[in-house]
Amino acid sequence: MGIIEARKLIHDYQKIGEDGKVEASYRAVDGVDLDVQPGQFIAVLGHNGSGKSTLAKHLNAILVPTGGTVFVDGMDTKDAEKLNRIRQTAGMVFQNPDNQIVGTVVDEDVGFGPENMGVPTEEIIKRVEESLKTVGMWEYRDHSPNRLSGGQKQRVAIAGVMAMEPKCIVFDEPTAMLDPVGRKEVIRAAQKLNREKNVTIILITHYMEEVIEADRVIVMDQGKILMQGTPREVFSRVEELKEHRLDVPQVTMLAHELKKSGLDIPEGILTVKELADAVERISEQEQKNGN
Amino acid sequence: MAIKIEHLSYVYGEGTAYEKKALDDINLEIHDGQFIGIIGHTGSGKSTLIQHLNGLVKATSGCVYYNGQSIYAEGYSMKELRSKVGIVFQYPEYQLFEVDVFTDVCFGPKNLGLSKEETEKRAYEALQQVGLKEKYYKKSPFELSGGQKRRAAIAGILAMQPEVLILDEPTAGLDPRGRDTILDQIAKLHRERGITVVLVSHSMEDIARYVDRIIVMDKGHVRFDGVPREVFEHYQELEKIGLAAPQVTYVMQELKRRGIVSDSTATTVEEAKNAILAALGNRGRMETEHD
Repeated sequence: MGIIEARKLIHDYQKIGEDGKVEASYRAVDGVDLDVQPGQFIAVLGHNGSGKSTLAKHLNAILVPTGGTVFVDGMDTKDAEKLNRIRQTAGMVFQNPDNQIVGTVVDEDVGFGPENMGVPTEEIIKRVEESLKTVGMWEYRDHSPNRLSGGQKQRVAIAGVMAMEPKCIVFDEPTAMLDPVGRKEVIRAAQKLNREKNVTIILITHYMEEVIEADRVIVMDQGKILMQGTPREVFSRVEELKEHRLDVPQVTMLAHELKKSGLDIPEGILTVKELADAVERISEQEQKNGN
Repeated sequence: MAIKIEHLSYVYGEGTAYEKKALDDINLEIHDGQFIGIIGHTGSGKSTLIQHLNGLVKATSGCVYYNGQSIYAEGYSMKELRSKVGIVFQYPEYQLFEVDVFTDVCFGPKNLGLSKEETEKRAYEALQQVGLKEKYYKKSPFELSGGQKRRAAIAGILAMQPEVLILDEPTAGLDPRGRDTILDQIAKLHRERGITVVLVSHSMEDIARYVDRIIVMDKGHVRFDGVPREVFEHYQELEKIGLAAPQVTYVMQELKRRGIVSDSTATTVEEAKNAILAALGNRGRMETEHD
């Protein structure tokens, strides 16, 4: 069984009038099936309003389904008694780092989660050290979070979630408010958690460069899964993505444009090296042809 | 000449333990009708710099001239300056406060002392310029989507009909569709009305696509100042100060290293495509022209 399983998940947002009756209803997630295996790195793309953040909020029972079911490590998110265990299994990192920091000192902040869970003090100290080392913030342990950069704060927030030792972490646009350096730091921390600690990662983002190393990319549109597959499979469908006004990495776009101009370049190029190799092959071929 | 900055320095918290030189002897000229991008790592001084341009922050030393006049001269009207040089701050949608979108956009021109008729005319025009449909004018700003809110906030500045429009990360947190909509509209304003635009952004791809001059800030200094092609040629130095070049620049650098292209200065997909096709074509790939 997967760590996360959604079956025909539906979520309706409802506007309740003063008389308590439903005035308007909006279907944000519309029949999504999702199966995430332990240790996977999944990226979710889509416009604002595509339902990706609503989907994310179902993965640790911040929202419960209007229709269908979500299982987190076998636990039904509608089961209120399991709420604490569900949230310990699936942690969440949000967009704005300033909204997630509670402590006045970095290591206190990271210890907050496990302390609330009743973890013994010695174990908390151990976990705080390990978490801060994993995200590369150990040397800042006695700093005030206020004076850290956005990327550093976000890494402290990640350490705070990690200290609760969840099997899965959902990142809801963790880099949207960061500069390029901060974005890289945060994505590297997420990748490290995935590779070294085998934590399942679900990353929701607008930045295409952040998803090219994912095991699977899911593209959401109007509450439904529009496409999914490996990054190469998804980014091979440039025209379709463009129709939905979604981005592809710039190098993928350049490869696609060159192919349209008649060069023999494969679809789904994801890195600078891949494109350089493809262009070099063509160049050598032409020289061989005696031109 | 619109704005001239001479030997501008700014020190935060002078005389306290937190004293920090945010800007250090800046000299710049911003000419009428330019479309300028400012890039720099978080904390490089770019936000502090733009706040000097309409007198929100007063320089510790040095001077800012607007159309030849020192804005620090006695009797200089800051109110008038701020109507000419409009700043759209980060996350401007947090500053929406009126009962409906239209009233909110009227706030600026109304405060300039314009008649009700003129105020409403300008508000209407500004909303048209940012492409917000009329059905939203009487809605509460809080009922709009993130991208729409942001456009309403930008309209609030445009309604004052500034000669210089400064935008501090106008696309942060927006999805690709919202980002393109806003940047395309700003580019159109620049093209059709000739207003000077200063765009602060973390996205090198956006900067390369829209601006004709880039100013790179680092530790309170101007590190580079030139057209995108020149500035992004220094990609290695840019990386050292927490920035990068657009992805296509790296493709071109790699192709140059492998001896396939000689000119590696492309900064957009279109430029890179043409450069690669030309390079391959020069090696005798002329068969299409014989057809």
